[in-house]
Amino acid sequence: MNEERKGLKEKITNSDIWRSIFRHGYEDTGRRYTLQVLQNVWLHLHPPRISRHALNFRFTWCMGGITFLMFLVTAVTGVLLMFYYRPTAEYAFHDVQYLEFDIPFGMLLRNMHRWAAHGMVISVMLHMFRVFLTGSYKKPREFNWAVGVILLLVTFFLSFTGYLLPWDQLAFWAVTVGTNMARATPVLGHEGPFAPQDITQSNDVRFALLAGTIVGPSTLLRFYILHCVAVPLLASVLMALHFWRVRKDGGISGPL
Amino acid sequence: MEHFIALVTKPDNVPIVAILFLIPYFIYLSYRQARQTDKTGVPSDAALNDKVYVWPYLCRNEFICAIIVMLVLGVWSIMIDAPLEEPSDPTKTPNPSKAPWYFLALQEMLVYFDPWIAGVVLPGLIIAGLIAIPYIDINPKGKGYYTIKERPFALAVFSFGFIILWIVLMVVGTFLRGPGWNFFAPWEAWDPHLVVPLTNVNLSYLFGIRDADTANFFGFVVVAGYFAIGPVFYLWKHKSSRFLQELGLVRYIIVSFLFLTMLALPIKMILRVVLNVKYIWVSPWFNI
Repeated sequence: MNEERKGLKEKITNSDIWRSIFRHGYEDTGRRYTLQVLQNVWLHLHPPRISRHALNFRFTWCMGGITFLMFLVTAVTGVLLMFYYRPTAEYAFHDVQYLEFDIPFGMLLRNMHRWAAHGMVISVMLHMFRVFLTGSYKKPREFNWAVGVILLLVTFFLSFTGYLLPWDQLAFWAVTVGTNMARATPVLGHEGPFAPQDITQSNDVRFALLAGTIVGPSTLLRFYILHCVAVPLLASVLMALHFWRVRKDGGISGPL
Repeated sequence: MEHFIALVTKPDNVPIVAILFLIPYFIYLSYRQARQTDKTGVPSDAALNDKVYVWPYLCRNEFICAIIVMLVLGVWSIMIDAPLEEPSDPTKTPNPSKAPWYFLALQEMLVYFDPWIAGVVLPGLIIAGLIAIPYIDINPKGKGYYTIKERPFALAVFSFGFIILWIVLMVVGTFLRGPGWNFFAPWEAWDPHLVVPLTNVNLSYLFGIRDADTANFFGFVVVAGYFAIGPVFYLWKHKSSRFLQELGLVRYIIVSFLFLTMLALPIKMILRVVLNVKYIWVSPWFNI
């Protein structure tokens, strides 16, 4: 019986179909551990081996990884939310209400999206704090620190554009207050210092952001596109660069 | 007090409350490791060359971490509902109107500076300054481990900026700013009709200057004099200081400008609180 089973197992794992999918076995050797990482698209940004201190939670605080996990959670829940949401002033608020009260697990979906976004802002700030405290921005990682700063801004902007979408009082006024600063941009804002005569409130930098002179329906659409398509794409590209550079600059920092 | 408890337990303020615990915890954690390094010395090359396989060791850690975080997020999402207020109404301005919590340090700066500085110039300089850090910090030590002894100045400046000027201002903006963006202690009720006398005066006024042109000139001298501290210090010290020579003039100018700009915020705060100073420099084009 046992031998029969063994024979069957070998027959399956030696078959052309099986071997076309799985490139390596499951034996307990260093070669297999290496292949496991190298031949897996989800893991291949990792090097096959890292220094032991990089495993230490107390050293890394795991914050970079948590930030990425939060991004994935918001991406998945965000796609699901998009099925129920129309970015127009007539529908937006009621779609969120509908989602909360009538869609099975709709409230949970929305909660997870919002709290993961908040969590991402916290973890990305703590990640930056940790990277600074361990001096990990120093040579040769200077450029990757710069990419990280841009990613921090992208995270804020992702969260900020998403803040408007429920189209309730909280969203509307938070975004109104947040974008009012842009009026005062030197030269480019109509209330800023050194603004030329022909910069008015309907062609300054705030107008470009809001697609209007106040937060309105076109702002909602603009923020929706930025939130769901443009900025996530930018974030994904920058994250790929960021992770790639971590590896190419010698893995996560250690006492060299 | 009741309203303060209501404020702290507001769903959208959960991250702020979390930060109140997380930041001290991580400061403690890093401080302990830094003390350890400073006492026993930097980990040796042998420790660094101790390599382990990513699979299973790192992947296992990542997996455990992901499970714990998803559990926390799951419980958080089941227990606390995301806020949804009344439908948006451009004619009904809430008081106070607050930006999202992570921008409240910037909104708090608006108390002390005009919007073009607090909302545009300072955030721009924060970003530029952050990106510049690796290029102006030429200290090769303290790379890849926690330490205090080997880079006290860098740590002090960054921690002050991050903890005091970013996190604390964010917490103040969230919990202690009420209607009219007035300051309310936790035990004070938010009074929307609170009348706060506007007794702020410009710095030139305190020095007895009443004429606008003289005030403009005075303000220019004070601000220029403040930023001149950097070059003057360089001229005074650069012959005797090895550090300044290694840093070089260009890097020094950037460091001193960013450093003085950062310190300008607490200085203006103190001037406002102690002397009711509104502006340092009033010119026909802008006020600082």
